[in-house]
Amino acid sequence: MEHIRTPKVEQVRLLDRFSNKSTNGTLYLTATHLIFVESSSNNSTSAAQETWILHHHIASVEKLSLTTTGCPLVIQCRNFRVVHFVVQRERDCHDVYSSLLRLLRPVSYEELYAFSYNPKQNDQQREEGWQIIDLGAEFERMGVPCDQWQLTNVNRDYKVCETYPRDLYVPITASKPIIVGSSKFRSKGRFPVLTYFYQEKKAAVCRCSQPLSGFSARCLEDESMLQAISKANHNSRFVYVMDTRPKLNALANRAAGKGYENEDNYSNIRFQFVGIENIHVMRTSLQKLLEVIGTRSISMSDFLVGLESSGWLRHIKAVVDAAIFLAKAVTVEGASVLVHCSDGWDRTAQVCSLGALLMDPYYRTIKGFMVLIEKDWISFGHKFADRCDQLDGDPKEVSPIFTQFLECVWQLTEQFPQAFEFSEWFLLQIHEHVHSCQYGNFLGNNQRQREDLRLRERTHSLWAFLMSEKHNYLNPFYSPAYSEAHPVLEPSTLPYHFKFWRNMYHQFDRSMHPRQSILKTVLTMREKNRNAESTLQALEKRLHQLSVTPVVTSDPPAPPPTRDQRSNTLPPRPDSLILGAPINHKEVQRQEEDDDNEQEEVGEEATESTDTERMVEGSSGTESRKQSYGELEGTYNSESAKEEPAVVSLEFGVARMTC
Amino acid sequence: MEFAELIKTPRVDGVVLHRPFMPTVEGTLCLTGHHLILSSRQDNTEELWLLHSNIDSIEKRFVGSLGSIIVKCKDLRVIQLDIPGMEECLNIASSIEALSTLDSLSLMYPFFYRPMFEVIEDGWNSFLPEDAFKDLESMTDEWRLSEVNKDFSVCPSYPPLVAVPKYVDDDTLRKAATFRHGGRFPVLSYYHKKNGMVMMRAGQPLTGTNGRRCKEDEKLINATLRPGKRGYIIDTRTINVAQQAKARGGGFESEANYPQWRRIHKAIERANILQESLIKLVEACNDQSHSMDRWLSKLEASNWQTHVKEILTTACLAAQCIDREGASVLVHGTEGTDSTLQVTSLAQIILDPACRTIRGFQGLVEREWLQAGHPFQQRCAQSAYSNSKPRQEAPSFLLFLDCVWQILRQFPCSFEFSEGFLVLVFEHAYASQFGTFLGNSTAERAKLSLPEKTVSLWSWVNRPQELERLTNPLYEANSLVIWPSVAPQSLLLWEGVFLRWNRSSKCLDEAYEEMVHIIAYNKELQNKVNSLRRQLAQLETEDPLLQTP
Repeated sequence: MEHIRTPKVEQVRLLDRFSNKSTNGTLYLTATHLIFVESSSNNSTSAAQETWILHHHIASVEKLSLTTTGCPLVIQCRNFRVVHFVVQRERDCHDVYSSLLRLLRPVSYEELYAFSYNPKQNDQQREEGWQIIDLGAEFERMGVPCDQWQLTNVNRDYKVCETYPRDLYVPITASKPIIVGSSKFRSKGRFPVLTYFYQEKKAAVCRCSQPLSGFSARCLEDESMLQAISKANHNSRFVYVMDTRPKLNALANRAAGKGYENEDNYSNIRFQFVGIENIHVMRTSLQKLLEVIGTRSISMSDFLVGLESSGWLRHIKAVVDAAIFLAKAVTVEGASVLVHCSDGWDRTAQVCSLGALLMDPYYRTIKGFMVLIEKDWISFGHKFADRCDQLDGDPKEVSPIFTQFLECVWQLTEQFPQAFEFSEWFLLQIHEHVHSCQYGNFLGNNQRQREDLRLRERTHSLWAFLMSEKHNYLNPFYSPAYSEAHPVLEPSTLPYHFKFWRNMYHQFDRSMHPRQSILKTVLTMREKNRNAESTLQALEKRLHQLSVTPVVTSDPPAPPPTRDQRSNTLPPRPDSLILGAPINHKEVQRQEEDDDNEQEEVGEEATESTDTERMVEGSSGTESRKQSYGELEGTYNSESAKEEPAVVSLEFGVARMTC
Repeated sequence: MEFAELIKTPRVDGVVLHRPFMPTVEGTLCLTGHHLILSSRQDNTEELWLLHSNIDSIEKRFVGSLGSIIVKCKDLRVIQLDIPGMEECLNIASSIEALSTLDSLSLMYPFFYRPMFEVIEDGWNSFLPEDAFKDLESMTDEWRLSEVNKDFSVCPSYPPLVAVPKYVDDDTLRKAATFRHGGRFPVLSYYHKKNGMVMMRAGQPLTGTNGRRCKEDEKLINATLRPGKRGYIIDTRTINVAQQAKARGGGFESEANYPQWRRIHKAIERANILQESLIKLVEACNDQSHSMDRWLSKLEASNWQTHVKEILTTACLAAQCIDREGASVLVHGTEGTDSTLQVTSLAQIILDPACRTIRGFQGLVEREWLQAGHPFQQRCAQSAYSNSKPRQEAPSFLLFLDCVWQILRQFPCSFEFSEGFLVLVFEHAYASQFGTFLGNSTAERAKLSLPEKTVSLWSWVNRPQELERLTNPLYEANSLVIWPSVAPQSLLLWEGVFLRWNRSSKCLDEAYEEMVHIIAYNKELQNKVNSLRRQLAQLETEDPLLQTP
């Protein structure tokens, strides 16, 4: 609290990013949040709207030069929210600015929200939350340990590789000296270990970092390690080694004593470059993208040119292409694959996890997706703290690698609307919390660090929270039967299948979103169907009690005809079914929270605070389309907005948090 | 029958048909006067029936004695026929070429087509101007139906009956017509019930370089203004283009002569540019070898999405003037038969919930496109694959449908029809067994006796089984004005048309069916619950003792 110079500033204007609209209100600065409360005079009909911004979400604060109306303050958030305040007095603005500067640069983990966040759970509940995901059980599900793969205790004390988890799976023929030798020949000691086992063909997906081969160095233990991986799979005589970097980058690394596997030294490997760019290219690419889409009244042409020149979709496609290569090698050829990049925690994580998602329907369920993230990202040491800038660190370490992974998954959900148990809201929510530092899961850079921080005792698990509201993240079109019929997804990577993910990058720019959401409508209908089913049963029971035969029965309706029975003339379909505005989902959620609240009136302080702050901006149901279509002076005012269809009414109790 | 002369080889066996995402079919190829038919002559296999008029262009390729014909259709589909025998292949190719480019309208298939279905309601009589006027009369008495154009002499592209301000007589209309391009004097396009504001459309005023004026024209459009109110003239051309039009006798309304009107210029491109844009877009969509960057840059270079945005923006502006500003609007471009109609019809989609129903949309297409004299015959003569030099082809109507689709995407529950209906209308505008889109104007259609000699598309659509197929299961009547977002981030490529043949839609189809199923199940449950409730209620009234405490 000592960093907060001015806890409250009145008469602040919040400018809309894409129109000339603005709202007046009061700005509050708390230890965890920046809160903007609209003055009630703005909108007498509904409760004052609030915008909650978690300090951890703020990526940058910029104080622009003083104007006649006041001092502008522009805040960019990691969840792609951009807010533009105008503070009347320069001094207030400066106070807020310098407080924020300090607040958004925590220097120690203990300052992070997760350590103060308290969702009113006792220790047992908290511990249960952490136990939802069990990676040992996950390897068992894959069929490991088995006659070819075993659990090794070599890293029990993080002695061999401190960025790997304690429990690692290796071929049974890989003895301890081989492992240790191999680890010495790999960047950061990240030797080849199992991450996914494709039981059907006994093919393995392994991951590691680049070899320290330089121009000519070799390591017999590392060579035997690969040999062991190869031998563990009887279906294929060779192992694919996928270097996910562009060849040029790998070549350059040789000069630094690193590099890639020489096919002459390793028997039975097939070496392949994939060409995914590094973290710096990705960071710049996203910056460019955000610049383009943040431009006011951008023309179609500039938008498309900007989208192209940012390279963002090209990078997304490269990751998906690599994952498809991996999945094909494993499922079609039955070959084992070793994936690495430089350190084996960015591109390698992307490709391994996405590849597994393509191969295994389990990872396309809500629980399975959590497991996948826990395994390939959290436990194998994707540096969330550095990449997501959790502590004040090196800006060159920040990169949207995990965001890209989520986007790749989203692109797949667009192609396979029935293959995923979750909807894009799930992905958005995970993205939100990767940056919120509200839960312990993503804190730190690796498991060892997390243990040192005693996160399991001191913070809560995001997975427990997401599980508790699983119903909000369901994809109503999900069909387990589809996954049975198509266990392996074969997406098309023609460029037009990759689309700009508006609901991610314009999550908070409500004027951009469809005003009605198919996803939400169908989800609500599914809910209604469930209720109607039980009503029906109750009615039937009652009639039976009266010894009357019901005129109709609750027997499930005839199953829909199977494909061959149907005529060939299918009605052309809307080309994409997933187009929900996340906001709408918040509405559902909120409604439920409100329902809950009727039972237990007690104010739960800051329970779902990030949710709250996520939904608020301009979320009045009567808010009008903010754009003006052209030359008529001025834009629409809210007075005429009543004509907006009431599809997004959000006047729920937002203000349940104490400030 | 002169078709026989054009068909050199009516039948070839052993022809192989290749279509993307579908199994190849081997069978017999037959050419008839209007169709290309390929049948494997086995049960359960699909036959290909392709209207010659749907063929946009063909390409021939030879490998040894095996010839291939690549048939590119106006609905953007591309198929390949492998034909054994050089001579047969050449014969087939030249026959297709001749049959798909017949000039005479009276040889078109609609004149030969006999419906295999029961016509419940004759679509030719479903949307007559006099019926539309009855609706208007129920809302206001400020308008009358003028017969001034009954023999098409005042304006050849207008229907015989047009709605005009009540106190403007036919003489004034005749004089105003001489001052407007193509005789297209300002007529009523839409009446906004909520505030009594109107949208009119016309051709450009023929002011010429010396600033000619026409008192009757001024009187006519001023008669639509309420006392003390100002109106907006939306000129769909940029000010520069409008200025240049003066040199060719056209022009725009000057402030001096139309003091009660404020003119706004927007930039909707003209026919030839739109056609070029379509060709480029389809080329980009069909080239599967593109990298991501190349695809995006081709998509950008086609400018198609830019046109969609411009048209939608202008339509929103017109709707904004009417609904938000409470002002009447006059829309025109040059001829008043393309961009003008795009704007007036889309504005109605935004403003008028009735236009978002299946029937209302048909009415809109009839009123604002067919009867309003959009030259379908000229515009839709060729589509994106045409090799010949474009004459008057333009995808004006397709762009309109694209814009409707964009709004549908943003308000997926506010339209009674599904995307399929828009695709259907697109297909039939370019090639059809129905007479609806033949001819360039009501006058031409009357001359060809289309209503007597052909079947209307609407006769076919307005049957329960078709309606069911075209209905949007999510539809819930929404009586409000719907304002779409026109930000580039909100506008998408219409994949249902442009990528329709380039992707497998199986997954999406199945998901759509799942959605239909969920909604159908919901209705079924509701019905059951209701009937059980009724049953219980009945029992309870019969025997009060049963009532639950």
